Amino acid sequence: MAEVRVENLVKTYGAARALDEVTLDFPDGGFFGLLGPSGSGKTTLLRAIAGFVLPETGRVLIADEPVENVPVEKRGIGMVFQNYALFPNMTVAENIAFGLDVRKVGAAEKKRRVTEALDLVQLGAFGARKPHQLSGGQRQRVAMARAIVTRPRVLLLDEPLSALDKALRVDMQIELKRIQREIGITTIFVTHDQEEALTLSDRIGILKDGRLIRHGPPREVYDDPRDSFTATFLGDARIFSGTREADGLRLADGTLVPGAQGATIAVRPENFQLSASEPNAPCRLRAHLVQKIFGGALGTCLLDWQGEVIKVVGRDADFRALPESGPVWVSWQPEHSVTISP
Amino acid sequence: MSNGFLAHLGRAYVGLILFFLYAPILVMAAMSLNASEFYQLPFRGSTEWYARLWHNGEILSAAWRSVWIAVIVTLIATTLGTAASVALFRHDFRGKRVLQVLLFPPIAIPWLITGTAMLIFFFGIGLGRGTPAVIIGHVALALPYVIVVVSARLATFDRTLEEAARSLGATPWQITRAVTVPWILPGIIAGGLFAFAVSFDQFVVSYFLSEPGDTTLPVLIYTSIRKGFTPEINAISTIIIALSMGIMLLAARYSNFGGER
Repeated sequence: MAEVRVENLVKTYGAARALDEVTLDFPDGGFFGLLGPSGSGKTTLLRAIAGFVLPETGRVLIADEPVENVPVEKRGIGMVFQNYALFPNMTVAENIAFGLDVRKVGAAEKKRRVTEALDLVQLGAFGARKPHQLSGGQRQRVAMARAIVTRPRVLLLDEPLSALDKALRVDMQIELKRIQREIGITTIFVTHDQEEALTLSDRIGILKDGRLIRHGPPREVYDDPRDSFTATFLGDARIFSGTREADGLRLADGTLVPGAQGATIAVRPENFQLSASEPNAPCRLRAHLVQKIFGGALGTCLLDWQGEVIKVVGRDADFRALPESGPVWVSWQPEHSVTISP
Repeated sequence: MSNGFLAHLGRAYVGLILFFLYAPILVMAAMSLNASEFYQLPFRGSTEWYARLWHNGEILSAAWRSVWIAVIVTLIATTLGTAASVALFRHDFRGKRVLQVLLFPPIAIPWLITGTAMLIFFFGIGLGRGTPAVIIGHVALALPYVIVVVSARLATFDRTLEEAARSLGATPWQITRAVTVPWILPGIIAGGLFAFAVSFDQFVVSYFLSEPGDTTLPVLIYTSIRKGFTPEINAISTIIIALSMGIMLLAARYSNFGGER
């Protein structure tokens, strides 16, 4: 177990900066989610910690030891790949034993640890199978078992659940969290799924264009996004900007948003209410309902306001009274106006 | 024209191709079993020509020579070719494309010209004719085949398997042995069989590079025909054809050409 730290990492591919002065701490025993759109540098950062990517400048420290010049095989990491990368010519047990074999672990010790790892991922009876005889979720577990059986100092997960279907993904999230808690290993994982990052991580980092935009505990980052990228990426928020006035924010169409503290605010889709008649809520706008999207328990409404789209998420029951399209009122409570930098 | 007619035409076309490919071979195989020395019909079955082969020391020693040269060539060409394929797959370096392109002309250049060039070259460097020259020449001819077949298999290899092995602490050599080679093994076997066939069936280059009296089987057959054709040649040729076709069928099985099984 160890703390991981990166300092001023820079990696360029041609003219593009995949990592741009990234400095970040990954606390010992924590579950850290790296989040960002594709091309944001999150995978490059993970691969730089693993050693597959060599940064031009900056340092990577595992347990306070600089590892920039240590090759991948000597960094003491465990890694789970997006496609699991199980060795097709080996059985499940042989796959898991591979890391022990190259370390020349004795036969008895090896057997004990492979069994232990198989039990940990609840695949005790599958040791003799070949990877192609397993389901996606089972392969994922084997990849986990193989990565942790060598007792690495840090566990790196590269979009480990993205190849699974949704129902299985939710199961595996719980499973992943359980395994990580049980062995208490420092875990860094990359995802483009914000919900997955929020569910699993005890800290998240958000990257954009190779830069670390924001990091912190998920709830803190979610509740106080501070900048428009984090607000839209992590919560699909609507950004409103205008001129600051004594009693609120004056929008371009003349609407006053009372209580707003800055020139730019973000409001999340779940904090909007829709009504056909004018509501009492102090923050309100007149918009045009364009489309109602049924999604089971939760529904989504898309509105047009001043040529921009406002997305509203709520209980489908609350949307039933609304017309399919036409003019509606959008409202929210002043405490849901989150001040951000533009 | 109806589709039925076209289908018949297609079948006749394929039939003709197979006929022209195999009819001469079948005739030769049949004649090797005919008792008459002068191809006289009616056909009278006999294994006399095969039996005589066993007592023809010249043919036997040439055959043995062809086999062991082919085995040595196969071992060298397969090892070098596999190593080259893995290196070309793993590394990007300046001139890689040029090198890959330069590996193929030996397949396309007529063997007569390659053989002449090699002869001049080997005399130039003082090696001259003889078995070492023959082996080097055969390896040079077989190498591109091995590289093509092994590289084709490597193209289906998932690189993240090597990354996974590295993350688990394996050194490049351990990765090669435990992960990469097992995956490309069918390609290596197929490439080796090609190398064997290229060497064993090689006439032109062997003819140029071997010393008189130290000939390989194809060269001996050619010189025998010039002295006068005996059904013994039919017999040994039939054996060579059976062996070569067997090797090619095995190679096809391992390299999957003609589509996925």
